[in-house]
Amino acid sequence: MTVTARGTDAGTDATTEVAVRLDGVSKTYGKGRTALLALDDVSLDVRRGEFVSILGASGCGKSTLLSLVAGLDPLTGGTIDTAGHRLSLMFQEPALFPWLTVAGNIEIALRMRGVERAARKEQAGRLLEVVRLEGFGRKRPHELSGGMRQRVALARALAQDADVLLMDEPFGALDAMTRDILHDELERIWRERELTVLFVTHNVREAVRLGDRVVLLSSRPGRVLEEFAVEQPRPRRIDSTQVAALASAITDQLRAEVSRHAG
Amino acid sequence: MPADTEVKTAADRVAGLDRLELGPATRDEAVLGTWARKAWKGTWPKVLAIAIAVGAWQLVVLSEWRPVFVLPPPARVLDELVQVVPTAKFWDSVLLTMGRAATGFALAVVIGMVIGIAVARFQPLRAAIGSLITGMQTMPSIVWFPFAILLFKISEEAILFVVVLGAAPSIANGLISGIDYVPPTWKRVGQILGMRGFSLYRHLIIPASLPSFVTGLKQGWAFAWRSLMAGELLVIVPGALSIGVRLQTSRDLNDAPGLLAYIIIVLCIGILVDIVFSTVDKALRKRWGLTV
Repeated sequence: MTVTARGTDAGTDATTEVAVRLDGVSKTYGKGRTALLALDDVSLDVRRGEFVSILGASGCGKSTLLSLVAGLDPLTGGTIDTAGHRLSLMFQEPALFPWLTVAGNIEIALRMRGVERAARKEQAGRLLEVVRLEGFGRKRPHELSGGMRQRVALARALAQDADVLLMDEPFGALDAMTRDILHDELERIWRERELTVLFVTHNVREAVRLGDRVVLLSSRPGRVLEEFAVEQPRPRRIDSTQVAALASAITDQLRAEVSRHAG
Repeated sequence: MPADTEVKTAADRVAGLDRLELGPATRDEAVLGTWARKAWKGTWPKVLAIAIAVGAWQLVVLSEWRPVFVLPPPARVLDELVQVVPTAKFWDSVLLTMGRAATGFALAVVIGMVIGIAVARFQPLRAAIGSLITGMQTMPSIVWFPFAILLFKISEEAILFVVVLGAAPSIANGLISGIDYVPPTWKRVGQILGMRGFSLYRHLIIPASLPSFVTGLKQGWAFAWRSLMAGELLVIVPGALSIGVRLQTSRDLNDAPGLLAYIIIVLCIGILVDIVFSTVDKALRKRWGLTV
């Protein structure tokens, strides 16, 4: 991965500045005859402050893509340029540490960043307010509901001082009502903190509800099939007719992609 | 101001959902009552177990299967216990034996941890030593005594040697499986948070493997205690009047009540220490939310 200082340039126009640039990215697992091509020549520019939903059926390498951007896995080909931005990654499971309190789980992220002990406590408290969990800092993760835990995970990601948030189906395990409310919350925090979000999901409506843009990936190997700009102004509702209309157009494409693998 | 009300209602929605999902708060008044009920629930099976054991014992005595001086009734042994327990020589024996147990166990913990971390860390070691450790665990530790006596003569060291050999494999194994089963998502979180090398162990691997480690400690203690009792009966160090020596002396003097009294003491110590480990284990599981 090449990292340049481009993101810190002053004079660039914020609306066109690219936060994450993927250029011809490919990823192969294994070697020889059993090698599996997970991603093939994926190119994608994510502008600063943009919310991009990445959508695909099973086997499109969505999660792989985020791991690559986060720098957890080496690339097979191409380049990923995150231009000096701080990244954080969230999963479907909150993956909180059970031996720490809720506040402790946030403080550990601050600690790894080298924040002083006294400042950690205060900052963790503020982050809990951001995710509307003030007063829950001394609880243990298992004492919270699934939606609350996922908000703690979000606060932990924010504690890393990340301005690029990579989210791997973060609401996939939640019920519809909770997910709906968390969409509002994520949208609010994204806007307040001017985050750049790469949001992976297999839920078409969720992708349309949240994204400025929806990127559709093919399956095995993952390639960019098509991009859809979501024109509808925010705040949107997941059950609005506009969201539903675009979602059904995208679903048609997704279905076609899935049936391509029938034979 | 519509924007303000929207912010307010969004906050209310979140707060309302949280309240609903967490369920009704438990009332404090009921706590004392439930505590008493819980204590009783935990106690009565133990009381019943003792009653059954003592009852069966008494029945065997009544059947006159063996003469009373060889197999005394429970009441006679209880008398013996009441006489022996307050004496200084009894406590000296207990202290000596427990001192040996503590030293051996502490040594086993240190050695087990070093081996455990080394094996978990270095792949080549794992293949070579991993199965060896499991093999050691299945070995009755008494097998080691002839060799220990040859190595260390009749001495404290001979006993410690076998106690450590008995306990260390379980402790190492507990740690290894703890480290092996750290959930991969936690490790990825650690990676994302920037944990590397020592800080990865300190903030993630060690705390995450704690429950399994405690299980290993508990098992290690059981092995240590067994090895120690075998050792004290086989390796009688002159002048050291341990519990094992008391047992042996009682046998030599045909003092059946004394023998049974010390057997009961050994049982009680084992149970007490097990309670300590179980309490730690339970507290840990509760903190982690692993119990319902």
